[in-house]
Amino acid sequence: MTERNNEEWLRDLQSADNDQALEDLRVVIIRGLRAALSTHVRGDLETVVEDFTQEALIRILKHIDSFRGESRFLTWAQKIAINAAFTELRRRHWQNVSLQDVIDSQDGLDFTPSFLTDPSASPEEQTTQQDILNTVMQLIDDELTERQRDAIVAVIWGGMPLEEVARRMDTNRNALYKLIHDARQRLKKKLIEHIGLTPQEVMAVFAE
Amino acid sequence: MNTEKIKKLVRSIMTTTDDEIGCTECFEHMDKFVDLHLQGVDPAQALPLVQAHLNRCANCHEEFEALVTAIKAIS
Repeated sequence: MTERNNEEWLRDLQSADNDQALEDLRVVIIRGLRAALSTHVRGDLETVVEDFTQEALIRILKHIDSFRGESRFLTWAQKIAINAAFTELRRRHWQNVSLQDVIDSQDGLDFTPSFLTDPSASPEEQTTQQDILNTVMQLIDDELTERQRDAIVAVIWGGMPLEEVARRMDTNRNALYKLIHDARQRLKKKLIEHIGLTPQEVMAVFAE
Repeated sequence: MNTEKIKKLVRSIMTTTDDEIGCTECFEHMDKFVDLHLQGVDPAQALPLVQAHLNRCANCHEEFEALVTAIKAIS
């Protein structure tokens, strides 16, 4: 394969006769995706990689004008291929699961207090943990919109990917991140007001 | 619902900052971040908000790890 710098990749891919550059890029994307997806794909990896590479090449050419030259061109191109591949893998994995299924499987926001406290903590720490948990659950009920509640339960508890929750909520991954960020900001402010501890003190109680 | 999930939520709430970037902005800088990482330069110093987002967003972190694997394979 011809070695190219960034300018040469752009020139060759954007020329009228770009067959060789496209083929060279295809080979590189296949090699990268094969390595990146080997632990994520069950079944015929080669076929999956071939399919994803075709889709990736289309996207790369479509967005090539947005390449700002802040990285190596192949890193940028591979980034687009990875993003497209993971988006599709997540869609396939979750395609038969509804948002309501995920929310319901988390038993709503009910919890059993005795089950939640950390057995290794001192009785005093357990009481503090319990106060914080009770307050968090109450604040989630009182302060968040239904949409924010659903998003937090599905993403943080249900483990559903952001883009899959977003698709089901008729929004996109970035907007959903912002929705959850707004919810976290509100919960943080209210939690500090209610319990009278600093964020650092709360973190110490809930250390990993 | 289990203890770890609740703790994760509490930690997630308490580490919230006003200047967090979203997935779109993280994606825009991901290629530069990975190149710095593979050059042995600490990308968190140059792009701290990207690092903070990757620490918090499981999807973007998964893509970051995959991109590192892919670039190592083609280098």
